[in-house]
Amino acid sequence: MSIAQNMLNAMVKNKIEFVTTVPCKQLSGIIELLEKDERILHVPSNKEDEGMGLCAGAYMGGKRPCIIMQNTAIGVTINTLVTLIQYYRMPLPILISYRGELGEKVQCQVEMAVHTKALLEQLKIPTYHFHEPKDVDEFDGILNHTFMAKKPVAVLTDANFWSSIS
Amino acid sequence: MIRADILRAIIPVISDKLVVSNIGLPSQELHMLDDQPTNFYMLGTMGLASSIGLGLALSQKETIIAIDGDGSVLTNLGTLPTIANNVVNNFILLIIDNGSYGSTGDQPTYAGGKTSLAKVAKACGCDNVFECQAAETKEILETAIQSKKMTVIVSKCQSGNIPVPVIDIDPAVIRYRFMEEIKARN
Repeated sequence: MSIAQNMLNAMVKNKIEFVTTVPCKQLSGIIELLEKDERILHVPSNKEDEGMGLCAGAYMGGKRPCIIMQNTAIGVTINTLVTLIQYYRMPLPILISYRGELGEKVQCQVEMAVHTKALLEQLKIPTYHFHEPKDVDEFDGILNHTFMAKKPVAVLTDANFWSSIS
Repeated sequence: MIRADILRAIIPVISDKLVVSNIGLPSQELHMLDDQPTNFYMLGTMGLASSIGLGLALSQKETIIAIDGDGSVLTNLGTLPTIANNVVNNFILLIIDNGSYGSTGDQPTYAGGKTSLAKVAKACGCDNVFECQAAETKEILETAIQSKKMTVIVSKCQSGNIPVPVIDIDPAVIRYRFMEEIKARN
């Protein structure tokens, strides 16, 4: 089974029914699978803060949400994370492509990569970094933890994680 | 008519409906005029009332009315294509368009200038878009609810605010009581 399929199955196992995405090349595989998967409603958003608004609505409407985005979007979403998701105590798994790490070909991506963990730490967002393909086995537990804690939780997935086929 | 007059006029229509209300004075006015557990007040995060409303409409059966402002829609203009392309017939977006950023000192918005939000919504692909004058809002909103079609209403009114107290309800309480209402109705 592909890593992307494995992650999607963990989402379904954790009763996630609503996923919004803003694309990243590194995430194209999981977004393609998501679009085909009838178990989950996929609503693409135009910007990540908009996506978090959709997720907040879905959560209050009774559907567990997830947002899939690139690490560059952390800058876009800080206010929404703090004044909507955290302030109203809502759970939100944030599956993030961690661009700018080892293997990156686009130099500019490194600029945001060096701030990514520091920003998440500053926001007190529990953060997990998937580097090895086997790290995918933790995703199920992280999702379960997110909805228990009613907090935004970040899962950083780097190029090495996505490059291997398990 | 100013925004508070529109809210007063539509309260008989929205009082028992699930409402997401925009940050700042709109939420404070609605809270003062008709506080209900069915109201979700945004205390922060300018621009996301329509996105929260759409997420709600896509996730449960009850009619959702998002009361937004022209300034907030301009802040999150990407919301209109998302609404247009994810049609869900229990969603109504009511944009109270007073051509100004009311909560921050009535600075003019571009919606009060050359930009027509109704035309923008149509160009984004929204199907049922109505621009009306403030006094017509109640009737148009009632018709939209009865039509059971996703609708965008742009209600044009004067700029201006009334004195209102701040909302002294914990955000987790606002969210909890709103969710309990949703659960009871679905």
